[in-house]
Amino acid sequence: MSVTPKLSVTGLQAGYGDVRVLWDVSLTAAAGELVCIIGSNGAGKTTLLRVILGLQPSSGGIVLVNGRPRGRGNAAIGYVPQKVLIDPDMPLRARDLVALGLDGQRPGIPLPSRRRRALVEEMLSAVDATDFADARVGNLSGGELQRVLIAHALISRPKLLLLDEPLANLDIRSEQEVVELIARIAREQQLAVLISAHDMNPLLQVMDRIVYLAAGRAASGTVGEVVRSDVLSSLYGSHVDVLHVHDRVVVVAGRATDSSDTDDGGSAQHENLDFVRLS
Amino acid sequence: MTGQLFEPGFFTNDAVQTALLVGAVVAVISACVGIFTVIRSQAFTGETLGDLGTTGGSASYLLGVSNPLWGFATAALIGAGLIELLGVRRRPDRDLATGIVLGAGLGLAALFLYLDTTSSSTTGVSITILFGSLFVFNTATLPALIALGAVALALIAVSYRMLLLSSISPELAAARGIPVRLVGAAYLVALALAVALAAVTIGAVLSTALLIGPPATALRLTKRPGLAMLTAAATGVLATWLGILLAYDSYYWPPVQHGWPVSFLIVAVIFAFYVLAQLPVLRRRTDRRAPVAATTNP
Repeated sequence: MSVTPKLSVTGLQAGYGDVRVLWDVSLTAAAGELVCIIGSNGAGKTTLLRVILGLQPSSGGIVLVNGRPRGRGNAAIGYVPQKVLIDPDMPLRARDLVALGLDGQRPGIPLPSRRRRALVEEMLSAVDATDFADARVGNLSGGELQRVLIAHALISRPKLLLLDEPLANLDIRSEQEVVELIARIAREQQLAVLISAHDMNPLLQVMDRIVYLAAGRAASGTVGEVVRSDVLSSLYGSHVDVLHVHDRVVVVAGRATDSSDTDDGGSAQHENLDFVRLS
Repeated sequence: MTGQLFEPGFFTNDAVQTALLVGAVVAVISACVGIFTVIRSQAFTGETLGDLGTTGGSASYLLGVSNPLWGFATAALIGAGLIELLGVRRRPDRDLATGIVLGAGLGLAALFLYLDTTSSSTTGVSITILFGSLFVFNTATLPALIALGAVALALIAVSYRMLLLSSISPELAAARGIPVRLVGAAYLVALALAVALAAVTIGAVLSTALLIGPPATALRLTKRPGLAMLTAAATGVLATWLGILLAYDSYYWPPVQHGWPVSFLIVAVIFAFYVLAQLPVLRRRTDRRAPVAATTNP
């Protein structure tokens, strides 16, 4: 067994023009490991995933996939972007979308092949999507579409799977199902999985490691190491409290912050949304 | 019975045979390109390229080029290049940029058509450019038409999967290393060529009907991408042939016993097919809005 992590990010910096979104972000993910990137809207979760994918340039730092610098369109990385909206009229069944994950980047028209069909079938059943394999993709529910997109990403046998906000807009039951599915796949296929989310709670039971993004920086480690008042306060640059309510964790802006410190104060206050979600 | 459906001479008339051949070729190409026009929501771009064909077609008459196909194709390709150069990704801005190119092109078309009619003192040219001339198709044009059509089909065939994935989600496509912008540009070239071919048959103004109508009909009838393309092609060919047949028969129709315009009849059949395809689906479409519709599929 190799000890090289599937993904290793060191001192990453990235942004848009003069706006620096990420600076000094480091994380690793090993095979079979589930790493969650947690942060509020605009914290840079999507930017981080896109930089890892090579869809967006970094302005500093090192990204190694399987111990090597990644190129554009790396077959070793599977990706499920945020908010894939598909028109109900799109002539595309769930199984067609999964098949495009296998050879969508190839020129020419696909010829029917038994091997291809069997692989698609196998992936559909791996994500429990056989029931709606022949439904139009545009008619699937959020949870169903998420499963199909995961199958689309997995069929090319990546080593690393990136999921951008896979739990957004899901009802609680679908959320649970998708979380269990992702955890099972990471374990069974020995994949390194990176999930971004604005709420850590649905993922607490399954995550091996957390990357907490705030104010462009990241705190990485286990939940116990990172989700602590002192660590997050220094990350935000202002005091935050970490509350445990039943099985849930809530990060709340503590004392009123310096009014000139609007950026950090804004991010910290945003965490109150977690609190609102509880009630 | 047969004598009434196929009026005498339908199967022997050279002009009819040419029309059937050209109509079929153009319908197939329009359908294969048009499927992507519909799923990429680029109907307005298609319409614009067709209207710009008016500019090219009228200019070609002015320059003494008897075959307007070259004018249609050149103008549509220039239009496609301009739209791509403006390169606006956001939908409202893209429509605005397209509209501005369209406005400028049609302004020129107004001038060229005016000059055409005053110099040749006939309105026939304008009608031909705007509304087609399937029965007076010059067979010398046939090789050029087939060659341009082959280029359009080849572009679609080569980029088929990449184009499909880019149309579904540019993010998914880019993550697989697909050059989304290049694929989009190749598709625009195919679109310009398809529109130019349609302009020769049913006219620059009506070319969108052939481009959008059969694919929109096909999307109601099938949920598989490849099958949608075949269905659209079959629908397009059938509509074109039926239009030609009706036009031929219409020489015996009231009011003037002078024949009805073939382009009108083709477009009417395309529209009728689209309406027919809506009917059985109307109910299913409303059912689909129920949140559990997909899971309760038998």
